[in-house]
Amino acid sequence: MTVYLFYLLSFIAILSALMVVFSRNPVYSVLYLIVTFFAIAGHYVLLNAQFLAAVHVIVYAGAIMVLFLYVIMMLNLNTYNEMQKANWLRFGAVVSGCLLMVVLVGSLKGAETMQPGAVHDANIGLVSNLGNVLFKEFLLPFEVSSLLFLAAMTGAVMLGKKSIRS
Amino acid sequence: MEWGDIIYKSILVVCVFSVSLLVAMYSTYAERKIAAFLQDRLGPNRAGPFGILQPVADGVKMFMKEEIIPDVSNKALFIIGPSVAMFTACMTGVVIPWGTELVIGGKHYPLQVTDVNIGILYLFGVVSIGVYGIMIGGWASNNKYSLLGAIRASSQMISYELAMGLSIVALIMMTGTLSVREIAAQQVGWHWNVLYQPFGCLLFMICAFAETNRAPFDLPECETELVGGYHTEYSSMKLGFYLFAEYINMFISSAVIATLYFGGYNMPFIGRWVHDPNWMAILGTVFFFCKIFFFIFLFMWVRWTLPRFRYDQLMNLGWKILIPLALLHVAATGVVMWLTGQIH
Amino acid sequence: MGAGSLIMLFICGVAFAGGGIALSWVLAKSSPNTAKGEAYECGIPSTGTSWIQFNVGYYLFALIFLVFDVELVFMYPWAVVVKEVGMVALVEILIFMFILFMGLVYAWKKGALKWM
Repeated sequence: MTVYLFYLLSFIAILSALMVVFSRNPVYSVLYLIVTFFAIAGHYVLLNAQFLAAVHVIVYAGAIMVLFLYVIMMLNLNTYNEMQKANWLRFGAVVSGCLLMVVLVGSLKGAETMQPGAVHDANIGLVSNLGNVLFKEFLLPFEVSSLLFLAAMTGAVMLGKKSIRS
Repeated sequence: MEWGDIIYKSILVVCVFSVSLLVAMYSTYAERKIAAFLQDRLGPNRAGPFGILQPVADGVKMFMKEEIIPDVSNKALFIIGPSVAMFTACMTGVVIPWGTELVIGGKHYPLQVTDVNIGILYLFGVVSIGVYGIMIGGWASNNKYSLLGAIRASSQMISYELAMGLSIVALIMMTGTLSVREIAAQQVGWHWNVLYQPFGCLLFMICAFAETNRAPFDLPECETELVGGYHTEYSSMKLGFYLFAEYINMFISSAVIATLYFGGYNMPFIGRWVHDPNWMAILGTVFFFCKIFFFIFLFMWVRWTLPRFRYDQLMNLGWKILIPLALLHVAATGVVMWLTGQIH
Repeated sequence: MGAGSLIMLFICGVAFAGGGIALSWVLAKSSPNTAKGEAYECGIPSTGTSWIQFNVGYYLFALIFLVFDVELVFMYPWAVVVKEVGMVALVEILIFMFILFMGLVYAWKKGALKWM
């Protein structure tokens, strides 16, 4: 049962991820991306990490994608008469894509030697375990992350205000 | 899982689903009757005795009406919008514990479809997805009113989601669990959370009103400014879906308020008179539904009593009043728990 | 875990939403004409499309919401374990919330929370 679900979810995830790239209309791309995120959240549930799945849905599908959709709907990026990209831009895109490919292959090559399923504790994904680890062992990174949020907020406000004025 | 369990779960899923639909259907009738009562009118009284068949007639009408899909719209998304709204509204009922459990032939049958250990986050996740139905539909219509309605709706829903989440954080601090069933079970007798967290309950209820787009927060479909808001272009069953989704959301919100803050299926003093667990479970469920109907009534009472906010007032209330208050509430809860020795 | 129940509910939801649309498509009459197909603008012939560019200020709210939402997600595991971990966690979250609040105050003072 779990294996079939895994293959079904993977199929949906990959198919919709491909559709994100191939859709002409950016609104469709965003919607396919949401489907991809749901399929990935399903994978988390299969791995017994329900908290992560819920957070994934809340943050990625519920917040980030809302922002994307918002921007795309309001900036009217759905026009078909988009201008031709410059050649150096295409070249840069190809280079960065290849670099990402190298990174992915490199990390996946390392994954082979790793022991799969080294953690067999089924309760590892439970929220109380996560909380205990986060608030006992990783105190400082947690506090630093709040500064990161402050910086993100400041940046967002600065950018937004700047473009309003101009 | 055995076959018996699978059959039981299927029955329960279908029951929860159809009860949500039935309650939503008759909420439309109740709304019209209550509006009539508050405005000293009669309300629907032609279809059947006291107009009791009115929702059925409305439903049939919705199916039979001509569907108009504007030529300028994005047709695929125009159909997907209301479907998503309806679908997300239906997905919430599973984690709510409708009662304790029935014991039949030595086997335990909990009256809850699934007890996810992160039940509250599941609810929160579905709420955060709910905004897509409105956004997609409003944008796909290619109508200026619809688009403005959709923008308003999405801004409003994301703003109030934050205060809602923060008010739940304060509740979880006390209960120490994210499972809805455990939270309901902890409130046995008179230990209702509203007595310990009256302010959190108020915050949560205000946000629930805003999340369901009910008056006084019904600006997305503000007819004095935006004709019909995000569903201006919709007709026939697709319009029906949007309206229906709102009523299902109202029903589920009432159930969530009753579960989290008002004791859920717990009935004080029941142990004195009834000892059979099955009867206790059934009476608990009946009592739970009484609470839910009270909150649905409250939703309607507020709608026909309070005037609508202006949009900037709405955003000010959300960002400049509710969020700081909710943050303060979390901090205050922590300090009080420390003072009373619950946090060492 | 009730994954089975969730799948069942998923099927129920899709069946109901799809069935409703399909049924009304079968039952409802259709007599389209050009006037019906236009976007509704109170009876006046509509001017242009509504897919135009909006003021950037509208999505500032979405940006600030995103930051707050991620912060909120951190607070759930905290709230679950605060009784176990005790005083340290409380102090920690108070600092966290203070910084969070500063962000809100900054956005407020800069006028980002003003709806236009």
